[in-house]
Amino acid sequence: MTYETTSGNKGLQQAESLIFESGHATSTGVDLPEPKGGKYEKLGGLGRKAALELPGFSEPETMRHFVRLSQKNYAIDLGLFPLGSCTMKHNPRLNERAARFEGFADLHPLQPTSTIPGALELMDELAHWLMELTGMPAVALSPKAGAHGEFCGMLAIRAALEARGEAETRKRVLVPESAHGTNPATAVAAGFIVDEIPARDDGRVHLDDVVAKLGPDVAGIMMTNPNTCGLFEPEIKRIADAIHEAGGYFYCDGANYNAIVGKVRPGDLGVDAMHINLHKTFSTPHGGGGPGAGPTVLSAALAPFAPVPHIVKRGEVRELREHSDGTQAFGRMCAFHGQMGMFTRALTYMMSHGSDGLRQVAEDAVLNANYLLARLKPHFNAPFGERPCMHEVLLDDSSIKPKGVETIDMAKALLDEGYHPFTTYFPLVVHGAMLIEPTETEPKRELDRFADVMIALAERVNAGEVEFFKQAPKLAPMRRLDDTRAARQPKLRWKPEANSAAKQAAE
Amino acid sequence: MRYLPLTDADRQQMLSVIGAKSIDELFVDVPEGALLKELVDLPRAQGEIEVHRHMQRLAEKNTPAGRTAFFLGAGAYRHHVPASVDHLIQRSEFLTAYTPYQPEIAQGTLQALYEFQSQVATLLDMEVSNASMYDGSTACAEAAMMAARVTKRKKIVFSGGVHPHYIETARTACEALGLEIVALPAAIDDEAAVTGKLGADVGAVIVQSPNVFGTITDLTKIREAAHDAGALMVTTFTECTAFGLIEPGGSYGADIVCGEGQSIGNALNFGGPYVGLFTVKEKYLRQMPGRVAGETLDADGKRGFVLTLSTREQHIRREKATSNICTNSGLCQLAWTIHMTLLGEKGLRQLAALNHEKATQLAYALGAVPGVEVLTTRFYNEIAVRLPKPAQGVVDALATKGVIAGVAMSRLDPKAGMDDVMITCATEMNTHDDIATYADALKKVLA
Repeated sequence: MTYETTSGNKGLQQAESLIFESGHATSTGVDLPEPKGGKYEKLGGLGRKAALELPGFSEPETMRHFVRLSQKNYAIDLGLFPLGSCTMKHNPRLNERAARFEGFADLHPLQPTSTIPGALELMDELAHWLMELTGMPAVALSPKAGAHGEFCGMLAIRAALEARGEAETRKRVLVPESAHGTNPATAVAAGFIVDEIPARDDGRVHLDDVVAKLGPDVAGIMMTNPNTCGLFEPEIKRIADAIHEAGGYFYCDGANYNAIVGKVRPGDLGVDAMHINLHKTFSTPHGGGGPGAGPTVLSAALAPFAPVPHIVKRGEVRELREHSDGTQAFGRMCAFHGQMGMFTRALTYMMSHGSDGLRQVAEDAVLNANYLLARLKPHFNAPFGERPCMHEVLLDDSSIKPKGVETIDMAKALLDEGYHPFTTYFPLVVHGAMLIEPTETEPKRELDRFADVMIALAERVNAGEVEFFKQAPKLAPMRRLDDTRAARQPKLRWKPEANSAAKQAAE
Repeated sequence: MRYLPLTDADRQQMLSVIGAKSIDELFVDVPEGALLKELVDLPRAQGEIEVHRHMQRLAEKNTPAGRTAFFLGAGAYRHHVPASVDHLIQRSEFLTAYTPYQPEIAQGTLQALYEFQSQVATLLDMEVSNASMYDGSTACAEAAMMAARVTKRKKIVFSGGVHPHYIETARTACEALGLEIVALPAAIDDEAAVTGKLGADVGAVIVQSPNVFGTITDLTKIREAAHDAGALMVTTFTECTAFGLIEPGGSYGADIVCGEGQSIGNALNFGGPYVGLFTVKEKYLRQMPGRVAGETLDADGKRGFVLTLSTREQHIRREKATSNICTNSGLCQLAWTIHMTLLGEKGLRQLAALNHEKATQLAYALGAVPGVEVLTTRFYNEIAVRLPKPAQGVVDALATKGVIAGVAMSRLDPKAGMDDVMITCATEMNTHDDIATYADALKKVLA
């Protein structure tokens, strides 16, 4: 049934035009004192002549605009968000409160150090937790996201090779085919050449395949553990040993650290560098795509090359080292100290859980995933389902595709069922991948409800209801959107002339 | 543990469905000896009361900007952010959403991104904006790398007015790629030096206006010289409210305009998270880093928004991507858009005029202090002053008097040879009394 309303609204779903279509340059939602103007102008004649047609809204209009927009979004606070490799867990609100304490939020990064002892103590404390949990002797806090942390780790490796006089000879970085796209992109950004390790049928990286690629030109390996197929790499320690023996370094992509926090220390596995996505394992909010934070733990071999700024401890006194001159620091990742707002949230989260709670996080995350695996395995093909998974379940499309339904259709059908779908078509090494990560913050009844829905959808596939899937979503705020059109005729901003032309055409 | 919903009974029942006797059976692939038998050596779980108390104790050891007479800028600025901004970004549907990979249930995030891109492009007088970068410094580094890709040249020239931390960030990123960074000596105003450095091997010249010393520059000559040499002109900035009053890089014909957006919508946060703004000429769109939202239609012909042009990005292009960036600065970008919506043209122009007025008052007050010389003659809300003593000592002495006066240039760049220079700014947050307190304290410290 379709029913078009006059307003364009659908019950509580409010239609909402762009600010540029409904706001005016003369409206504003702020009351500021009137500038006196004129007399003291020091602009040297460079005042703005360019148009500045920025629409404004009063405060009530602004509230409505953004509340209406918000209601078109799915969110973890609304329901299960089983996006594999993304760790969409509950975001505790105590963390939000702590980050907004005046003594953190209203601090300037360049204030005299005498006015910021608490900020330095917090960063030091966060570093202590991260180092203890990972069993690593150093951490660079400043990287601003996971990929930025990867970059930091690879630059540290490059600096270590330079110190050995081997930066020009060791250029090759081994990257498994199943890696996140950021890994090869980062290796190239750091000046290395990517050598891909082909995937194997069991979804794991084999020591033999790594050894076959080793040589005097190898700088290191970038491996994800647990890997993107949701599996712990059983040969990881022996791979690390082989890399070290060949004179290379081991970068571990820590995106999936949530599965092992408090249970396994990457330092015990031979890791030289690993970024930690504070927005995954330590629950800083994803915020619709950021900001993230990617502190990067470093081994003793890489620690001297950590970027500035960082804290140097002299006894109980903490000082900031802000310049790399006279040190081995490889440089600077960003203007200031990194994502302080995320440090406060992550430390609040870690202290709330404690060592016992964090281990329980890993155990419950893995238990929840294996429970879903056990329930879904009889109804879908789980390519590596014969052994336990870590914190995510990998299914493929081999049982549904012959019946005319693809992974994307399954995902869109879930939208109508009120769920955010799993990660689709990743990892690339599995055809039509559906990667499901429930996280530890889901109660059993939510898992059962989701499993029931997935099983019911599998039954619809078996019943040949192909059109049901192709038409989905029907109940979401929008029907299926045309990605091809968006890319072929890029329209990336509102333009007054385009709009008035359209208006004239309509009139 | 208050954040973990499973009960012990649930766990037992689930293990039996799985067919495992213990949880450790699920960790069977972990190598012998690597599965921890004991808890890591850290404190145990604590309740909300205890954790709140601990964090509050740490926060209270700091001196918040708002409890002082505060005049520090140099890359981060203390502005008023309306209360409604923080309320809106804390709505669950924004705060706890992911990257909008399923656009049918993420139109809130996507429309806000499209509005952000439209506002940023309008403010900077540019054709296209991306969906934001980590911060101004990393945006500037990405601009340097993008310019090298576009021109296929390896040398990037930085004006001596660019924030030293931005140059260092770009140097770190660019040198790994084999690019050469030429940083001109720090200078209050170096228009002539910049044009003199352009040659056939230069991929881009990167200038900042207002620059780190507060100087605003007519970029016409630099753009002409850059384009004559076949180089791009990249302009950057640390204070985006300036463009409510002065010409942005786009109006001078810049090819890439990028910088820090923190001033709008975002608190100081001790340096992050912030929001990098990144805009380009349309002809360079395919070389632009970062995600971008675009307009399209749904199956019923209704307008909607999606992430688009992802064939530039790492998850598709892997080692051939334009950047390894995988996120934008989501919530900070949303805060920017909400604050900009509240301001509108009228509010932004007024805000910018107020900032300039406070800064001219500050320049006048500091210039009247014996021994102090105001070095910046054309400025927006920030100026450099020469002191009769090393600036770092003066900044530290003023801090003990409740005045956070600015930053010593020697802290930003010890090699600049500007130990007696201090960078100081004023915003709408400063009262007349603050300025009087500052000038008075400075007089005493210098006496």
